[in-house]
Amino acid sequence: MKKKLAVLLAGTMVMASLVGCGGGDAAPAETSAPAAEAEAPAEAPEEEAPEAEAEAPAEEAPEAEAEAPAEGGTISVGFAQVGHESDWRAANTQNYQDAFSEANGYELSFVDADNDNAVQLEAVRTFIQQEMDYICIAPIETAGWDTVLQEAQDAGIPVLIVDRSVDADPSLYTTQLGCDMVLEGETAGNWLAEYLDGADAKILVIEGSVGASATLGRTEGFNNIAAQHSEWEILDSQSGDFTQAGGQEVMESFIKSYSDFNVVVCQNDNEAYGAMDAMDAAGITYGVDGDVIIISFDATHDGLQYTLDGKINCNVECNPLQAEFAAEVIQKLEKGEAVDAQTIVKDEAFVAPGITSQYAITMTQEVLDGRAY
Amino acid sequence: MNKIKKITKMQLFLPIFSMLLVMLVNVIYDLVSGNAPFGFFSISTQVTSSGNTILYGRLIDILNRGSEVAILAIGMTLVVSASAGTDISVGSVMSLSGGMCCMLLAGYGVTNVSEYARPLWVGIGAGILVAVVCGLFNGFLVAYLNIQPMVATLILWSAGRAIGLLLCNSAIVYVRVPSFQFFGSYVGFLPTPILIAAICVLIMALLLKFTALGTFVQSVGINKKAARISGFNSAKIILMCYAICGLCAGIAGITATSRIYSADTNNIGLNMELDAILAVALGGNSLGGGKFNLAGSIIGAYTIQAITTTLYALGVSSAQAPVFKAIVVILIVVIQAEPVREYFKKLSAKKAAAKEA
Repeated sequence: MKKKLAVLLAGTMVMASLVGCGGGDAAPAETSAPAAEAEAPAEAPEEEAPEAEAEAPAEEAPEAEAEAPAEGGTISVGFAQVGHESDWRAANTQNYQDAFSEANGYELSFVDADNDNAVQLEAVRTFIQQEMDYICIAPIETAGWDTVLQEAQDAGIPVLIVDRSVDADPSLYTTQLGCDMVLEGETAGNWLAEYLDGADAKILVIEGSVGASATLGRTEGFNNIAAQHSEWEILDSQSGDFTQAGGQEVMESFIKSYSDFNVVVCQNDNEAYGAMDAMDAAGITYGVDGDVIIISFDATHDGLQYTLDGKINCNVECNPLQAEFAAEVIQKLEKGEAVDAQTIVKDEAFVAPGITSQYAITMTQEVLDGRAY
Repeated sequence: MNKIKKITKMQLFLPIFSMLLVMLVNVIYDLVSGNAPFGFFSISTQVTSSGNTILYGRLIDILNRGSEVAILAIGMTLVVSASAGTDISVGSVMSLSGGMCCMLLAGYGVTNVSEYARPLWVGIGAGILVAVVCGLFNGFLVAYLNIQPMVATLILWSAGRAIGLLLCNSAIVYVRVPSFQFFGSYVGFLPTPILIAAICVLIMALLLKFTALGTFVQSVGINKKAARISGFNSAKIILMCYAICGLCAGIAGITATSRIYSADTNNIGLNMELDAILAVALGGNSLGGGKFNLAGSIIGAYTIQAITTTLYALGVSSAQAPVFKAIVVILIVVIQAEPVREYFKKLSAKKAAAKEA
């Protein structure tokens, strides 16, 4: 009985493997159909892939591009968004949907990956299959993009990496578009230099999460400017993990360690809220009418409300309205012009009412109401 | 000499000793850097911007910031003792309870309110209730389905925070009402979290002293079968321990939420389960279950906060701080390890023998 069962099982296994092989054989046959092209390089063994590719880009891709403008000039763009985890992200999404509207001559396919890396990869593959003219990816993870970017390149579709960056060969994508965190830090420093106008500064920094690109960039940028000012002293710099609780705890400790300080730099708005609570508890005044100057980053709606109220002196934006910059890159590509490997989104800075600056916009209720998020 | 021996043999000697050792670092640092030598320990009063007078000082900070872990440590001690395993879901459950509370107080999908959508007690009650339900769920899996505690609580470890995010529609929900901030700010001159932690510890201490709860939990932890044969309902006792652990997580979650008057579900209680487990271990409790010492766990919790506060005070950079924290923790654990203690006992015995001879 046992033997029979074993034979039966073995037989099933053989059958299964045959079916498996059959599937494998069938795949190349299918690739001749244009729709399956995109899948082939991913699933077929690597050696086979170049063959399939060699034909595809030569024939299909230019055709697709040539066709698109003919159809009333609509440009199809696929956008694989991270998710909807914050107001910032929601504004970013809305901005893309507005900028790439049909009225503007685009056809936007939008996918919200809800912070799921696999969903995002799948979305990009679908875009390639659908022969989009352009693909924008706001990558959830930095690693693991080589294969799918190669597929896009083989299909002749330009890829824009937006908002964040990827760990892949830059030749695989057209441009990386996003905020320049170092520049944000420098803007904050420049504003402070202008505002203090040569006065002494004893500075406390509440950093973001250790190792985050925003933390590294903003620290580097601010330190660049601080290095030019011998009258500035950075007393201490600790991480508040980009959270309100973290900012509060770090500030609480700073107040006990340093009795004499006049500038607090918080690397995002949430940390600034926490720092303000801690200073309230210690009876320290801050903001325009207070003893301590607060500089914050992100310029979220709540953060700008505090800026308008004069509690945060200067708030440097991390601009979510990036679609115009992406559109500009796409227009350039349409005209056949070269684009830079890095496209920098311009960040504004906002200062409290009563302060004027060449580096920043003075807050008013209109500015706040006019914000997209 | 005999007196010293008596003191060193006390169960709580080593946890307290470790905590004092951590604080000693500050005395040395203050001496070297020319500050007042006991500046770290000074407690003064401070007038806040809103005109209240509050207690002010690093010791107050330690007591204040350590409250959440201390509350968690109460529940964790029971869980460890009864089931010889840890509840790794408490951090997530904190977040879920905070999220539930703020969602109800603000209304679903609203991210910023200055007025309650429902009475305060509904929010807090629901927040704590959902945490107790989480505790019961964990307890059911461990006690009745015999699933290993870490695996059973792993479910809510990952799902708790996610449910919290769903409740808050993936945003930070602000409840900017002064009465909501009460649990994270001050009651008179004392930070409320200190009071909350003190009440929790007191209630548990009284329960342990005046009821047979401690005996029940320890006998189940030492030998579940023997306890059952002696007439204890082992499963029920384990279930109850997990429920208490959930309750503690709920209280800690509400406190943490109230501190920042918002449900930052992504960050509330993040990695706090590890601190709670560490607190239990630093308190000289065996993670293998059985006998436990609640006071030790509480001291352990404040020791962890003392380390954090000390690192801030010393100005150790955030990137290096975890390394120092790890070194201190290793030292404390090694001091308390059985072989090390044996070695020191032998050493002192030898010395005594040499003196006699």
